[in-house]
Amino acid sequence: MAKELTPQEMLRIDLSPPTKDWMDIPTVIKPGIYCYPAKPEKVEIVGMPNGHVWSPLDDDWGLPEDWKETFLEGMRERLDKHRSFKIFMDICVRCGACADKCHFFLGSGDPKNMPVARAELLRSVYRGEFTKAGKILGRLAGGRKLTEDVLKEIWYYLFQCTECRRCSLFCPYGIDTAEVTIIGRELINLFGLNINWIQEPVANCYETGNHLGLLPHTFKQNVEFMCMDIEEFVGITIEPPFNRKGAEILFVTPSGDVFAEPGIYTLSGYLLLFEHIGLDYTWSTYASEGGNFGFFTALDMAQRLNAKIYAEAKRLGVKWILGGECGHMWRVVHQYMNTFNGPPDFLEEPVNPITGTKFENAKSAKMVHITEFTADLIKHGKLKLNPKRNEHLKVTFHDSCNPSRGMGMFEEPRYVIKNVCPNFYDMPESTIREQTFCCGSGAGLNAGENMELRLRGGLPRANAVKYVHERFGVNTLACVCAIDRAVLPASMEYWVPEVDVAGVSELVGNALVMEGEHERTVDLRGRELPQFAQESQESAESGEEVK
Amino acid sequence: MIAQRIIFPLGVVLAIVVLGLIVGSIPALHGLFSVGLIYVAFAVFFFGFIAKVVNWAKSPVPFRIPTTAGQEFSLPWIKWSKIDNPSTTGGVILRMFFEVCLFRSLFRNMRTDLRSGWLIHSPTKWLWLLALGFHYSFLIIAIRHLRLFVQPVPGFVELLDKVDGMFQIGIPPIYLTDILILLCVTGLLLRRLFLPKVRFISLAADYFPLFLILGIVISGLLMRFVFRVDITAVKALANGIASFHPVVPEGIGAIFFVHVALVCALIAYFPFSKLMHMGGIFMSPTRNLANTTRMAYHENPWRKPPKFHSYEEYEDMYRDYMKEAGLPLERE
Repeated sequence: MAKELTPQEMLRIDLSPPTKDWMDIPTVIKPGIYCYPAKPEKVEIVGMPNGHVWSPLDDDWGLPEDWKETFLEGMRERLDKHRSFKIFMDICVRCGACADKCHFFLGSGDPKNMPVARAELLRSVYRGEFTKAGKILGRLAGGRKLTEDVLKEIWYYLFQCTECRRCSLFCPYGIDTAEVTIIGRELINLFGLNINWIQEPVANCYETGNHLGLLPHTFKQNVEFMCMDIEEFVGITIEPPFNRKGAEILFVTPSGDVFAEPGIYTLSGYLLLFEHIGLDYTWSTYASEGGNFGFFTALDMAQRLNAKIYAEAKRLGVKWILGGECGHMWRVVHQYMNTFNGPPDFLEEPVNPITGTKFENAKSAKMVHITEFTADLIKHGKLKLNPKRNEHLKVTFHDSCNPSRGMGMFEEPRYVIKNVCPNFYDMPESTIREQTFCCGSGAGLNAGENMELRLRGGLPRANAVKYVHERFGVNTLACVCAIDRAVLPASMEYWVPEVDVAGVSELVGNALVMEGEHERTVDLRGRELPQFAQESQESAESGEEVK
Repeated sequence: MIAQRIIFPLGVVLAIVVLGLIVGSIPALHGLFSVGLIYVAFAVFFFGFIAKVVNWAKSPVPFRIPTTAGQEFSLPWIKWSKIDNPSTTGGVILRMFFEVCLFRSLFRNMRTDLRSGWLIHSPTKWLWLLALGFHYSFLIIAIRHLRLFVQPVPGFVELLDKVDGMFQIGIPPIYLTDILILLCVTGLLLRRLFLPKVRFISLAADYFPLFLILGIVISGLLMRFVFRVDITAVKALANGIASFHPVVPEGIGAIFFVHVALVCALIAYFPFSKLMHMGGIFMSPTRNLANTTRMAYHENPWRKPPKFHSYEEYEDMYRDYMKEAGLPLERE
């Protein structure tokens, strides 16, 4: 298991696949790589089929008798519903451009984790069961029949893909393994083969409104708890509004920000920012999840969980929606929400009430990213900032996969960070922006039992952090993603132990000069500011912009 | 041991060569084989290609999922990447132009190696160069062949012919594209045979077109330089086929029939193979859509209204907790 392997041992990776035909290499499901299966009751809550007790290590997975027909029928249906899937099954030329682009392949050397090979697992079934050549020639046409062993292999590798889309960037035809994984996961969910780390958040989110299952009062208490921290560390009192009708803006963030370190410090950052500008907004305990593990289950489940956001915006009568920092949440919000549950004609085109800026890029979906919002505020000089409070931090920025390759938000976070942190260093070009590497634990793979997989998948990102750590002394890895905040600390602790992980809004919160605050001697985590001794109050400057 | 996935396609290509040689040596079969086969192969290609594209087009694009490869259009003072992350139709057209004509995504290629604990990412252009060289030389050679089919020969074909043969090396002069395609196809084949990652994923369906094309190129070169065929007779045949008044002249060498057999195999195989990437690239939803999903509504034709846990159900479930926590309620 991972914890027993030292980084040096973990780094013994052979990126040269064997000469053997991949169809002849049996799949061995290994502890440390796979995630535990979904609990039956969590499957049933959301009305999904065949919740049952099973283990990936057993021979018998408790499949229903007609599982094969269900799978193939499901596949046929999805070929007819998604042009992407159909084309991606047909046109791959296996050029190999994607082969060494996947973090799981680079971290494990498992050749079936080359994106092309992972997709071929399903593509071979497509050829063997759906095309004439494959039906007649079988393996000579690259086809194979769907058997239980094949299903198990597909299942195993569906949960070794984080849907990060790095491969799709390099593919000459834009073949997107995320599409294949999304649809593959839909198929195995037709007979109850989800993993619990995804299924339980889905069930929680369905009922309580958030992945972590925080009940309304707990959600409120957790936010208020951070207000107590703020009172102590900043010296001001904040009373955040909940479920308030008539607010101008509904704020939705991943519940991870309301639950655990270091996400909760990002939450403090949001609270300070909204207080600083006197924003007329509200939290919702009902739509209390920005993230969407339904997206890692099936698209209709993603749609069902996502529906609450517009429904709540309508009930509360807000004008538009502001979204917190989260990766896959923004893939869903940016590329799916409007189609899933829109258009939200009951909302207004988003306008920043402080600066008057119209968010043209969100005029139909009516949801704006907190980093777009903050960047706009800074650009207009509406924030009183003292970046010196972050002077002891040497910051680099991890572009999350989804806001990068499923949206394209690259400049806003860098602009915000540079305005609140004096020391910023980007990682090498081939590891950031559209070429960014996944944290290694996205798409619902941030469980504990698959730690070896996570650390292996996290290697390429951590390796680039290590580079700027050694070269520039970088000690802070900033990000705009709740999953990043939940998983990168473990990856850093293992690969680059001296680096902390922080949300961009946390860094903003540290720099914000609040009206009525006492002398800030500690940051939002309560850690003493090393430069506190030399700092003088007049150094606080307002609106001085860094390009 | 050489794997079946290499031997089998090679065997099929060799069988086609032998078939061509046999037919070539039996004049009675020339008409049926050249004219008949070419018509059949082109028909299969034409209708097969259309059928495949129509089949793809029948599946809708429910979600707008471009892979965004640059800064999105957002705040007015942020410079956005109009081509790599297009938000306008013009931008999409340019993105597709660079993708289709210059293989933009492949140009981005990096290789990653693990050396003493560091992952080293370095640009690599080999695949891009080989692919570009292969596709363009193939295209130019195909256009050059028009001079056999069309009378009088169009000006641009003449010009292309001149430029391609400008170096006047050998008699008859060898075309640049002949050398280029031979190098590129060989390079692409060697990649598959010797790079471990590419060899691992390569199927018979990947070797087959390479062997076929290599066979076509070699038989073509042999016809021009070694077993010279009667070019007037070939022209008469091609002209006849193109004008749907086929004639079968005598005295075309057997090597010609090898060439024709291989070409017909390639084009008839085309619609049922990965070669359809030629059509597929235009329809790939990660490339041919604008990144406008928050800016404009995109309809999913099979969308169903979602069944979700409504606020009323939620309040009913947690009313006591909410009341106690002082949260506003719809119903007390």
